[in-house]
Amino acid sequence: MQDQVRTPRWLYAVLAGGLVLVVIPFVWMLVSSIKPEAEVRAVPPTWLPQTVTADNYDTLFTKLDFPTYFLNSVIVALAITVGNVVFCSMLGYALAKLEFPGKRVLFVLVLGTLMVPGVVTFVPLFVLTTNLGLTNTLPGMILPFLAGPFGVFLIRQYVLGLPDELIQAARVDGAGELTIFARVIMPLCGPALATLGVLTFLTSWNNFLWPLVVATSEDKYTLPVALALYAVGQNATQYGLLLAGSVVVVVPVLLVFLLLQRYVVQGIAMTGIK
Amino acid sequence: MSTVKHAAPAPVATPPVREARRSGPRDPAKRAQAVAGWILASPFVVVFLVFTAGPVLASLGMSFTDIRSTDMRSPFAVAFVGVSNYADLLQDPVFRKVTVNTLLYLVLGVPLTMAVAMLVAVGLNSISRFRGFFRVAFYLPVVTSIVAVSVVWKYIYREEGGLLNAVLGWVGIDGPGWLDSTSLALPSLVVMAVWRNFGTLMIIFLAGLQTVPREHLEAAEVDGASAWGRFRHITLPAMRPVLLFGAVITGIGYLQFFEEAFVMTKGGPLDATRSVTFYTYDQFSFGNYGYAAAASYLLFLAIVVLTAIQFRLLRERD
Repeated sequence: MQDQVRTPRWLYAVLAGGLVLVVIPFVWMLVSSIKPEAEVRAVPPTWLPQTVTADNYDTLFTKLDFPTYFLNSVIVALAITVGNVVFCSMLGYALAKLEFPGKRVLFVLVLGTLMVPGVVTFVPLFVLTTNLGLTNTLPGMILPFLAGPFGVFLIRQYVLGLPDELIQAARVDGAGELTIFARVIMPLCGPALATLGVLTFLTSWNNFLWPLVVATSEDKYTLPVALALYAVGQNATQYGLLLAGSVVVVVPVLLVFLLLQRYVVQGIAMTGIK
Repeated sequence: MSTVKHAAPAPVATPPVREARRSGPRDPAKRAQAVAGWILASPFVVVFLVFTAGPVLASLGMSFTDIRSTDMRSPFAVAFVGVSNYADLLQDPVFRKVTVNTLLYLVLGVPLTMAVAMLVAVGLNSISRFRGFFRVAFYLPVVTSIVAVSVVWKYIYREEGGLLNAVLGWVGIDGPGWLDSTSLALPSLVVMAVWRNFGTLMIIFLAGLQTVPREHLEAAEVDGASAWGRFRHITLPAMRPVLLFGAVITGIGYLQFFEEAFVMTKGGPLDATRSVTFYTYDQFSFGNYGYAAAASYLLFLAIVVLTAIQFRLLRERD
């Protein structure tokens, strides 16, 4: 596609240099997390671990309650992902292909919601969850995020690209509207649903402000909440431990991303939003 | 404009078909569609009303009251206080400070993030091999938890034994404690945020670059225009909508700056990195719900104004 001859070598060198800058913090995190605490604080720093140890990880998972935080994070992120995949595809399809009163208003609301930042809603949302008895529960963390505007927009864009004839043919064959959605359209939406699923999972896994507000006891912390509170609390100077904690938070999403990255890139190109 | 198709949500993309009106709701086929439409919409609508629309309005309402954490189960103890929360906010030196900080995050973060993203996108657009590999690698920081990378960067920024100062030591520079200085802490957080965020814009810009008409670029080259001239006079104007859209989403992000400061500096030193979101969270933690709601509404207003201005700019030339 591009003119091969004219790609200058130096450009590859510059990009490779940029790549090193981007990746170094991750490498430094991994390397430092397997050093003993004293070496983590060494001045000047040691480039390669003089002693390799799993102590930091051992402390996280046996002395601290990281298994619980990890499980909470998985449950919350998966539940939000399933909710968004199901509910957003429903509305996304309706907005793309069905005619019903109020459709236009709904679409404007979806776009408007894209702009509402979490910081505007969290105070009354906390009052609401308290009155519903959902404070310090996982459902309290999940419910407000079950159906977001991003997913609706993404699925709508994708379904708009599917031919109307498919739906009309199914109607002629006597299929009901909901059957058409579930049996005709959804099977064709695989790539868009995968994109939505991956992006929602990544966002939810990293979500911070709302879980921080809702989780009031340690057994309900998600990983980012636990890590942040350790990082500003009495463990603030135990860098080995904190860096190992960062590895535990970051590595699962990096793996999910690297395995499924083509869906992420597709989704951003499709909607322009992460 | 075709460039906007790949990047920006287009609110007016599909004018609604008016056939439903003409045939009337009695038509059983149209009726079935209307019923199905609302069944499919209902879960989203319920979540939206309860967890977004409700709280957005409630937040506005609360901002005119003196509601505190102790009032939660006795709403009748709450008094209407008019605009006094807003008046107090504007008088509060800490709120003024965090407003200035938030604007600094915005005016430093947005141009830097866009510039880095554009440089990388132009670079990637000019190479023929390994483009996919580089694109994924440069995107990596975006998928990671801000809390986790903040822990890592706090470690990198340390004065004694930090990676950054160790590397600066190679060239004889005795680096400061980046996060301990009232003047350096905020820019240091911005640098980290640029590293974390530029990947999204890079992908959007790369998609935009591929829609710039090649014929125009080639014609300009034949006419003797320099690479910079072609970029300045052909590529940039063609990408205007994409750039504006990028500025909007990046700006909204920087206006809500919070997690980096929470983890790396706790808002210090001397509130030098505290943002409006951080301040809102603080007031919430102190139990001052009405006051926190007012602060969050001012931020919301800023976001709406910023977005409106930028969409206005976007529309002007189309």
